[in-house]
Amino acid sequence: MAGGVPRVSMRRRARRSLTRHWTLYLLMLVPLVHLAVFKYVPMTNAVIAFKDYNVVKGVWGSQWVGLQNFQAIFDNPVFWQLVKNTFLLSFYAVLAGFPIPIILALALNEIRQGFFKRTVQMVTYAPYFISTVVVVSMTIMILSPKLGLLSHVTGFFGVDKVDLLGDPDYFRHIYVWSDIWQTAGYSAVIYLAALSGVDQSLYEAARVDGASRLQKIWHVDLPSIMPTAVIILVLAVGNIMAVGFEKAFLLQNPLNLSASEIIATYVYKTGLLNADFSQATAIGLLNSVVNLALLVFVNFVAKRLTGSGVWS
Amino acid sequence: MSHPEITAVAAPEIREHPTPPGADGGRGSARPSLRRRREPRRVHETRVDRMFLFCTYLLLCTFLAVVLLPLLNIVASSFSDPVAVNSGRVLFWPVDFSLRGYEVALRDPQIITGFLNSLFYTVVGTLVSVTLTVALAYPLSRKDLFGRGPLMGVVVFTMLFSGGLIPTYLVVQELGLLNTRWSLIVPQAIGVWQVVIASTYFRTMIPDELYEAAQLDGCGDLRFLWKVVLPLAKPMLAVVALMYAIAQWNSYFDALLYLKDADLYPIQLVLRNILILNTSNVTDASLMLERQQLADLLKYSLIVIASVPVLLIYPFVARYFTKGIMIGAIKG
Repeated sequence: MAGGVPRVSMRRRARRSLTRHWTLYLLMLVPLVHLAVFKYVPMTNAVIAFKDYNVVKGVWGSQWVGLQNFQAIFDNPVFWQLVKNTFLLSFYAVLAGFPIPIILALALNEIRQGFFKRTVQMVTYAPYFISTVVVVSMTIMILSPKLGLLSHVTGFFGVDKVDLLGDPDYFRHIYVWSDIWQTAGYSAVIYLAALSGVDQSLYEAARVDGASRLQKIWHVDLPSIMPTAVIILVLAVGNIMAVGFEKAFLLQNPLNLSASEIIATYVYKTGLLNADFSQATAIGLLNSVVNLALLVFVNFVAKRLTGSGVWS
Repeated sequence: MSHPEITAVAAPEIREHPTPPGADGGRGSARPSLRRRREPRRVHETRVDRMFLFCTYLLLCTFLAVVLLPLLNIVASSFSDPVAVNSGRVLFWPVDFSLRGYEVALRDPQIITGFLNSLFYTVVGTLVSVTLTVALAYPLSRKDLFGRGPLMGVVVFTMLFSGGLIPTYLVVQELGLLNTRWSLIVPQAIGVWQVVIASTYFRTMIPDELYEAAQLDGCGDLRFLWKVVLPLAKPMLAVVALMYAIAQWNSYFDALLYLKDADLYPIQLVLRNILILNTSNVTDASLMLERQQLADLLKYSLIVIASVPVLLIYPFVARYFTKGIMIGAIKG
């Protein structure tokens, strides 16, 4: 059992671990090969960003072109529009999506365990498990000017029927709020878990001091979910340039393209529909690198400010 | 959609509230319980606190309504008459109840094929994924395994950085997986997050003493895993399996990338083609007249059909997923 005795050299420890646990290494072999093939080989394949990819010559046989692909990206006026769209969309999503689950969790935490609380939790949690395709379909159906639920509401107030999905000005609102509709209940569960771990004596002390409900929330609840909130915010900000392809692509139509074309959808179209593999990989790579840098940076800032980051 | 469970839960308490949760479901059921619960506390609470509590209930009712009403609208429409749907008369309760939409949907061969394909992808994909996840997570959870730290790093790094869409596509192409069923099962088989959850669970929930005892009895690593660890880890396995199953059932992107052949499409892709691209073709010639009306109705029914399997297991999912979040929160 003394695997960690410092005297024993690395090599001997390795050999002993291998002879004793060779079955475990064997067990790991298949999944590790899987990761190598489907995660690490693509990382090396990304060199085609610096090449002029040719299907016949393959990844390694194609001609090196240096930074030519990146030069083309920066010269392309569409690219800056993409960056702007991607950034605005996810910045808005983080800004609006961050406080709402916290409010929901705090409100749920205020009321007693019972039928109403269970119902609200069950119902708000449910949309998380519905597929993106279904959520987008529902959004389209409900916003449909002809027969959708929304036209009932606007009709009731005497507002003219508009095709919201055909208007680039509304795209971001539709994207973000349908996202919040889908995930607020799920994210609230995480905060509720944090709230359930709060030391009960803190509440008793607050009661003795005559704190009102609002004061209890402000001085007890909020500080205790702070670490969780920081982690979630860090992850969200770190992923700000990695907006999911799936939903934006589904909500896209030729009319709202000026707001809905983001980096991920552009990569898909350039790469697979126009078969410009090198260009698409270059954009994707740029995005991944920026994203990784952002994640590391935000984590660093969060750790400086609050002492808790995602990783130590 | 989530409406059947709610009425089931509500059944014992709903006596003073005879109408089923319809248009005012949230609001109606909230008031009585609010009043009943507040009674004994009235002594302790100030007026401000009671106002605040009232606002809290109001807020929660709004949340409930905002989430529930769109779902009710879709379900109600799917059970309505095509004419009523087409003239936009359906709100939160079926108008002229009819199963026409489901009839049309279930007669469409591409929908049936899609549904069966998705079942296949979900069952096989989940089995493969869970097996690979355990095979990777268990060794990584063993403190006495040499090289465990760096290997975990290798696994977690794939969560932070990826080669991208096209480079992955090239791998799938080179392996000859394009346009095969395996392209939806193999490339995404291992979820790093699930590996972290499983590994953390193995490390924290399986006592070291068990392993030492087993070793003294001459029990090898694999037999120990099979006979002792896995039976003890059933709750975690359920969480991980549900995560994979739901992700697999709900995904359409890989199918969009890798599949050409419509016979292989999962239901989500079929749904996307019919709903979003509007390529539905109700082929029955006798239906020509009501064709457009049916096309709209069909969309509502399809949404329900594609969500039914997930919502059937939702009660389990809701319970286990919360646990899964907790396990994940312990940190890998």
